[in-house]
Amino acid sequence: MNAATVPWIILFTPLIAAVVILFFGKYSKPFSAGVAIGAALICGFLSWWLFGQPDATVANSFSWLSLPGGFTIPIGVTVDHLSKVMLVVVNTIAPIVFIYSLGYMAHEEGYWRYFAGLSLFLFSMLGIVLADNFLMMFIFWELVGVSSYILIGHYYSKDSAADASKQAFLVNRIGDFGFMLGILTFWGLTGSVVFSEIFQKIPALETHGLYLAIACVLIFCGTVGKSAQLPLHVWLPNSMEGPTPVSSLLHAATMVAAGVYMLARFFPVLEHVPDARLVIAWVGGITCLAAGLMATQQNDIKRILAYSTISQLGYMVLGVGVAETWDVPMFHLFTHAFFKCLLFLCAGSVIVSMHHEQDIWKMGALKNKMPFTFLCTIAGTLALTGFGFGSFGFSGFYSKDLIILWALAKSPFLGWIAVLTAGLTAFYMFRLLIVVFLSIPRSEEAKKAHESPLIMVIPLILLALPAIGAGWPFIEHIFFKTTEPTDVPHIVHFALLAMFLGGAGLAWALYARAVKDPVFIPLFANRLYIDYLYTWIVKVFHDGLAWLAGWADRWIVDLFVAQIPSKLTWACGYVMRFLQIGNIQAYAFFFGAGVVGLIYLLIAR
Amino acid sequence: MSPLLALILLPIAGAVFGLAGFPARKAAITAAALNLVACVALLASYQFDQGGFQFLSSCPALPSLGISFTLGADGLSLGMLLLSTVVTLAAVCVARAPQNNVHWFYASLLFISAGAIGAFASVDAFFFYMFHELALIPTFLLIGIWGSGDRQAAAWKITVYLAFGSFVLLIGLIGLYLSMPVGARSFDMRAIAEHAQMGTLFAHDTVHSFSIFGFEYLSITHAQVVYLLLFLGFGVLVSLFPFHTWAPQAYASAPAPAAMLHAGVLKKFGLYGIIRLVTPIFPPHIASPFNTLLLVLLLGNILYVGLVTISQRKLDLMLGYSSVMHMGYIFLGLVAWNQIGLNGAAFMLIAHGLSIAALFALSGELRERTGTLDFGELGGLAKVVPTFGLLFGFAAMASIGLPGFANFAGELMVFFGAFSAGVPSRDSFFNNFQIATVIAVWGVVISAVYMLRAYRRIFMGPLVDRWKSLAEIAPLPKLCVAGLILLLLVVGFCPQLLLNLISPALIRP
Repeated sequence: MNAATVPWIILFTPLIAAVVILFFGKYSKPFSAGVAIGAALICGFLSWWLFGQPDATVANSFSWLSLPGGFTIPIGVTVDHLSKVMLVVVNTIAPIVFIYSLGYMAHEEGYWRYFAGLSLFLFSMLGIVLADNFLMMFIFWELVGVSSYILIGHYYSKDSAADASKQAFLVNRIGDFGFMLGILTFWGLTGSVVFSEIFQKIPALETHGLYLAIACVLIFCGTVGKSAQLPLHVWLPNSMEGPTPVSSLLHAATMVAAGVYMLARFFPVLEHVPDARLVIAWVGGITCLAAGLMATQQNDIKRILAYSTISQLGYMVLGVGVAETWDVPMFHLFTHAFFKCLLFLCAGSVIVSMHHEQDIWKMGALKNKMPFTFLCTIAGTLALTGFGFGSFGFSGFYSKDLIILWALAKSPFLGWIAVLTAGLTAFYMFRLLIVVFLSIPRSEEAKKAHESPLIMVIPLILLALPAIGAGWPFIEHIFFKTTEPTDVPHIVHFALLAMFLGGAGLAWALYARAVKDPVFIPLFANRLYIDYLYTWIVKVFHDGLAWLAGWADRWIVDLFVAQIPSKLTWACGYVMRFLQIGNIQAYAFFFGAGVVGLIYLLIAR
Repeated sequence: MSPLLALILLPIAGAVFGLAGFPARKAAITAAALNLVACVALLASYQFDQGGFQFLSSCPALPSLGISFTLGADGLSLGMLLLSTVVTLAAVCVARAPQNNVHWFYASLLFISAGAIGAFASVDAFFFYMFHELALIPTFLLIGIWGSGDRQAAAWKITVYLAFGSFVLLIGLIGLYLSMPVGARSFDMRAIAEHAQMGTLFAHDTVHSFSIFGFEYLSITHAQVVYLLLFLGFGVLVSLFPFHTWAPQAYASAPAPAAMLHAGVLKKFGLYGIIRLVTPIFPPHIASPFNTLLLVLLLGNILYVGLVTISQRKLDLMLGYSSVMHMGYIFLGLVAWNQIGLNGAAFMLIAHGLSIAALFALSGELRERTGTLDFGELGGLAKVVPTFGLLFGFAAMASIGLPGFANFAGELMVFFGAFSAGVPSRDSFFNNFQIATVIAVWGVVISAVYMLRAYRRIFMGPLVDRWKSLAEIAPLPKLCVAGLILLLLVVGFCPQLLLNLISPALIRP
């Protein structure tokens, strides 16, 4: 084993698994699950091994497409600290979720399709992590899109799942549109698509500030799509139509974080383009607040978590915009991956024991019936809400506060938005916790709920540990070299604690005894009406335009290009027919008239 | 006998055997399979290190006009020949024998194949043109006799359109012929390219001016007229906007194998002709004044026809329009007039041929089973015909340019080629080529919209009761479509396999 071949093994093992399952999976359920889990475990083991290797950048690539004249697109892997960290995150969580799926999907149909999709996803995700150039990243970017499409649409017979998978793919393609243009622009500017070559040429391009900023923002469009930032966030909550382990792995822990990972990979360029970072910071800040507001009024347990994911991704994107190094957003990505994955798996455990009921207002008082799930949810909630003070706290406390501190240092307004969102986070998470696990049972299912099987509980415990401790400084320093900004008022720490207590307290006051939601804010419950707006826009503009084009093609283009010429031809023939009268004198007259006309033309002029 | 002549004669022999009373289907499949084997053998014996036209054979046909029946193949023609033989085999395997005139049905399919192979193997522009014309006749017959829906109107329309396009093309060819010096005139494509290099083509270029009331409103050189005639003539044959309305109607009416052969192979004649005949001989200063015009037309293909595709309610019409739309990308690669774009266009010729053949094969199979391709009547079919759904999913993803399929590599090269076309200065961002590229990249979103919408309506959602006992795809069509998809995947994963073949033939001075 050496550090040059291992990345390739990590990359292609899941693809081989996916192909094997595609061909042979339908014959045996355990076989397809075994192949997928085996591949994920190999990836996990090799990733940790690779992480233990010395921190030298390993890059090796070969040409995937090259033309005479010097145009080359390479496929290559970069193994540096950043990709190693991401490999560890992805390949630690993936096997856990795969194993959890054994329990969750045990009685579902389409078993092989599910595990083939998961393996394909893992392959694509690892491709993004290891990519050493923009185009390779784009290739795998699209592939995670399609694996997400397959997995969201797992219950394809349901209209809602079918629509959600389609929407997820299309919205991501809109983001990819910008991404592709960004790649083209960078290629136009630097003549290369390889990260290291672009980085070298950037200082020389400072005079092209505007183009550089446009290019960076275009690239950022990819993040906006994949990481569900405003205004392309609508697909992520709908993606909850997929099986819960999928929501956990793809739509919380790893795939949606790919956008942030891409920005981190691309950070050496962003450093030189403050304008683009400003845009990024604002998009992230607005997203984290807006999604937090929407989360407060959702009733579907998975949708609450989905909006929370969008909000946390907003924090990470904000971190890219304001922090000094990529370590800050990546640190939050790292801790978030564990605790959000944990929260989703807890939700999955609840959903299974509630016989696929997802409305939190049908749940309640599950704490004694599902003690492990309850404890793990508490761990996840405290991690997500960033509980802690001074020098001790849950993992989110370290990573999220760091982003907030940087935001305050760079842009106080965005910083206070982030602080406010922390309060919202505490509110909606404690709302979930209280309504689902405490208070009173609100349905028969809630009274008869029971703890999930061991194969689902063990992954919860495995994830609860990093959710609690992944942020502790001695662990953090293994993975990241973060720095705190210097000139931040100390009061922020108290403000954050107050936000936590305020949010949690308000949730307790409102929901501890509530039978149904005592608060109803239409604006938030209807997700700021953005979804309706998009539906309207698509219906009126895109479909309208398409209808108009279809009409024009039939009645205008076809009319002018085909019908009128054909009718004219026919009419000419019809008129000419009158000249063929079969009378020899008439023909002689025409002949004579022609001769006279010719002579006139030749002589008289 | 030249091996290329054998490639042309094999399908004809298959047709003759069928007409002579042998079982038509078996004769056709045998001939197509043998032809594929022969083509692969030809590919294997091509000397890559030598390059250029090989397997040359020539016999004079009309020496006084410089026309000779010359066959030969370089990497690009071999790629097209391979496409033709693969799609032919898939088409005759997928074909359902009709009620009447079975022998003529298969013979027509084989004649299309023979005509296409003849065109791609011709080095002489006259025979190149003639073979295509010959292949069109059985296409019209297949639509008119064995088609469905309003088949006669569709057959008439495609006849008139393509005859018009061919006519414009013929005038262009004659114009080209006349612009060579007297005594050295020839239809041999190599000789024409040589003339262009030596500077003896358009040596005495004349300016045609058109004026009204002394105001000169158009001034165009002879070379430019020829360029436009050739480009538009070929363009009509490839459904360049706004000369595209024949295509969807014809493909919707045509029997599935005929649609596969025409959309997948024969239609590529026009684009192949532009690559082969137009791009080597016209220097940019002749071509560039028309760039904006051509960009507008091809964006019509991508954007406007793309929207029209979205508005379709039937799978066959939608596929027909989508194939028209994808021609826009290939045109974009050609108009870019550089190595990357040219390679991308040639690459897409083959990728699109394979993917549209797979899609038409599947839609034909579906129509055989359900009798309708209306989105409103279908739904949830993946439940009863999962293999069908899987294959259609693969083919749809290939056609919308998902990475991993050949179409993606082609589109990528087209985009890079077009983006770097025009003025190569870094300061003049966003020239009209770059604006066109931006719009073309949006086309990728459009194609995802219509394909996923179709997939959603046909295969996803609740199963419609009517189709509860729908039969799964038969083994032979399944194998054919899977083979086409496998080829797309192989080329998509290793585009260099195909590029090594075609790109030496695309080096332009």
